[in-house]
Order: sequence, then structure tokens, then C-alpha cells
Amino acid sequence: MRLTLKVWRQKNRNTPGEFRTYHTEHASPDMSFLEMLDVVNQELILKGEEPIAFDHDCREGICGMCSLMINGIAHGPKQAVTTCQLHMRSFKDGDTITVEPWRAGAFPIIKDLVTDRSSFDRIIQAGGYISASTGSAPDGNTIPVAKVDADKAMDAAACIGCGACVAACPNGSAMLFTAAKAAHLSFLPQGQTERYQRAINMVTQHDEEGFGNCTNIGECAVVCPKEISLDTIARLNRDLVVAALKGLAPSTGVSEAKAG
Amino acid sequence: MTGVLTLYRTSVGKKVIMALSGFVLVGFVLFHMYGNLKMYQGPEAFNTYAAGLREIGYPIFGHAHLLWVARLGLIAAVVLHIWAATSLTIQSRKSTTANAVSGIRRYGEQKRQTSYAAYTMRYGGLLILLFIIYHLLHLTFGVVGYDAGQYQHPENGEYFVYNNVVYGFQNPLIVGFYLITMIFLGLHLFHGVWSMFQTLGLNNANYTGLLRGLAILIATVVVLGNLSFPIAVFVGLVGPAV
Repeated sequence: MRLTLKVWRQKNRNTPGEFRTYHTEHASPDMSFLEMLDVVNQELILKGEEPIAFDHDCREGICGMCSLMINGIAHGPKQAVTTCQLHMRSFKDGDTITVEPWRAGAFPIIKDLVTDRSSFDRIIQAGGYISASTGSAPDGNTIPVAKVDADKAMDAAACIGCGACVAACPNGSAMLFTAAKAAHLSFLPQGQTERYQRAINMVTQHDEEGFGNCTNIGECAVVCPKEISLDTIARLNRDLVVAALKGLAPSTGVSEAKAG
Repeated sequence: MTGVLTLYRTSVGKKVIMALSGFVLVGFVLFHMYGNLKMYQGPEAFNTYAAGLREIGYPIFGHAHLLWVARLGLIAAVVLHIWAATSLTIQSRKSTTANAVSGIRRYGEQKRQTSYAAYTMRYGGLLILLFIIYHLLHLTFGVVGYDAGQYQHPENGEYFVYNNVVYGFQNPLIVGFYLITMIFLGLHLFHGVWSMFQTLGLNNANYTGLLRGLAILIATVVVLGNLSFPIAVFVGLVGPAV
């Protein structure tokens, strides 16, 4: 396949970036998008140029490291796949493809297509856990969980934290991520104790990180490689209202998590 | 400060304030449209309706007391709605303008995957605000849009809203402004009514179709009703009272 790539190149956080155009004739329809970028990088290295920096790890669609805005769509044109599982057969010979990093205030660009997504880690630190002694694994079914709840918790837990929701959001909001991380606990008995405190803690941290605010547009759910539903956001909203009615305030440690 | 009074602190809480104030305003636009339908029953019915609004709750409540309660409630709802929207928009702008290609254009090739209406909320809302100001100056105060002496102010508890509406909609520019705003009001309601339930956490996959349907119903009823008034006057279906 012959391809023209318009790729965002940015030396570091402080240097303004720009689009550069690259051509390759060695892409195959069987390659994944990342393998195609590997080929382009090999060509750049042979020419003595700096290769394009991009995030990747498992390349199996489960780790959440790969990102990339491809032609303006997070993770490219296919639904429910990550960039590593997007194959070049989804493009046509001779196509021009624009490749950009996630763009959001809370995702500073480290280099080229690589962004710093540690703001997500801090949202999880603010409440995406249960304060229970873990010890060894309990026997199966010691705590009964209804099948329907287990399924919903699992659907929410499928979130790999890639950040496509933020990238796609016209408001740069991370509400789908935050809601998924809250919902996979709020559907389970173990998650009930801290449920409402969790909601207010995670939303407060979300705001402090500089993410935008959800206006229920739904672009996030469309691009989510794990098809997390907007239902999770409604659930988090409801939990936050309950937290307010209960008079809960964000517990200390929310801001400290950021510093630490 | 505790409880619901702390809602203003988080982004989701501000959205809740937006949803609740929006609920009040949706109720108002529905009632406003319904009340104005009396225009089709002739001058007497319409003018009596205007006078009757002042007598709601009489004799338990004094003249126009409940009307003022409603007015203050509506003004509070408008202020809270705009405050929440502004504050949240500023928050979102900070996120979207960072690392942007140019201005707020975040991506070289922006692709929209969901409804158009959701993208019109901000400038559509601004247009509706300008409209509300104009609408009050026009039909309520008679300050703009009339020839000298054309607008009849109420006298001795008698209202002349029927003729004021008829003379107010003779200028095609004014009629056009009303019609365009009503289209944006429809888009605002289409996204807003559904969004209200989503924000309050009263939505899930089982209900979302039903709530979208409700939003379409409310938006259609309000827009069709409101569009009909200036059009009916402009084409002469509703003429001046003799």
C-alpha cells in the first residue's frame, strides 16, 4: 500500500508542534496501524531522521497504552477497537492519513504522539478502590452477586484507561473514564461502603486535574474501544447527588494524591 | 455549608443545578406556548387570559402576588442556568484549548459522530438569551418594534395583548428573528430535556429511547406552537381586533 501520513511532531512539552508529511510504499493491508508506523520509523531511521514517538505496549487491545487520533477519530474509523487492533485493510491504497496525539489540558504532550496520562492514575487514587483487607482470594460465591449486576460491573471494568473518551470529547472531559472506574465498584457489594464518598472524591479529582465538563454529547461512548456506556455517567451523577444530600465533602488526600 | 448547597463545587454538581433550573424553564416554555394558544380564540379570550394571570390564587393571594413568585423563580432559574453553563464552559475550554492545533480546533480533521443539537447548546443558548431580552422589550414593555402609539399599555386592569401581538408581528425582520430563535429553542430542548434526565442520573439503556422520545415530543410541541403565532399573524390568519 502507498500511504501519505500527516503526523504531529513535537519535540517536547515546551516546544510548539507541527504536522509533517511522510510517504511510505511498504505498508501491507495485513499490518496493524502500529506495525505500519514501525515500518515508517524504520524508513526514517535509515534516512537518519528522528523516528515518530508513539505509545504502545501489549498490542492485543487490552493494555490501554496505544492512543492516536486517526483522521480526527480516536483509535481510528473502526468501532470498538484500539489502534493496535486497527488494521491497514481499513484504509485504501493511496490514502492520506492524519495522525495526532490525544489533545486535552490534563494530557500534556511528552513527545510527538505520546501524552502523559497520569492524571487518570490520580483519579483512581482518589477513590477507584475499596478499603478492605485483601488477604488470600476468598472462596467463590461467598458474597452473592446477582448475575445482572456482575455483568454490568464487568462491562464497566472493561475500561482500559486509554483516554480515547477524553480525546473525542468536545469538552475534553474524562467523565466516561471516571464513571466507569466508579461504576465497576458501585455494582458490587464490596463497593457499597465507600460508594458515595468515592463519587465525590473522584469527581473532585477529575475537576482538579483540569478535565472539562461533560455535556452529555456522547462522542466518548462512540469511540470507546471497550464500548463503555453513558449509563455509567448517569450512575456516577446520581451517586454524586446522593453524596451531596448525605452532606459528604471530598475527603482529605484528594489533592495530596496529585502532589504525591 | 453542607448538603445540596455544596453542589456548586463540582462539575457534576453544576450540571445538576443546570438540569434543575432547566426543568423549571422547560415547564415555563410549555406553559407559555399553551397559554398563547388562546390567541386563536379571539381578542377577548386572549386579553382575559393576560388579566387572569395576575389573578392566579385570588382571593387567597393578592393581585399579581403569585405571578411575581413565578417571575422571581424564573429569573433565578435563568441566572443559575447561565451561571452553571458559563462556569462549565470555561472549565471545558481550558481542557480543549490546551495542546490544540489552533484556537479551539482540537483536531486536524474533526469528525462528529453524534447529534448536531448537542453542539448548538452554547451559542443556541446565547441566542435564546438575546431573544428573551428582545422579547420582553418588544411584547411586554412595547419599547421596540412598534410605531409610535401602536403599543397599548394596560389600563385599569384591562390588557390589550391581542392587538399588541398582531401589530408586533407586521415586520418581516422581527418575525424572522422569532422563527430562527424558535428553531434553536427546539434544538436546545431536544438535547436539554434528555440531558436533564442523564445528568440527574435518571437515565439508563432501558429508558434512553423513551426519554429521547419525550425530548422530541416536548421540542416539537413547543416549536410548532410558537412558530404558528407569528406566522398566523404575518399571513393574516389572526387580524387586529376592531
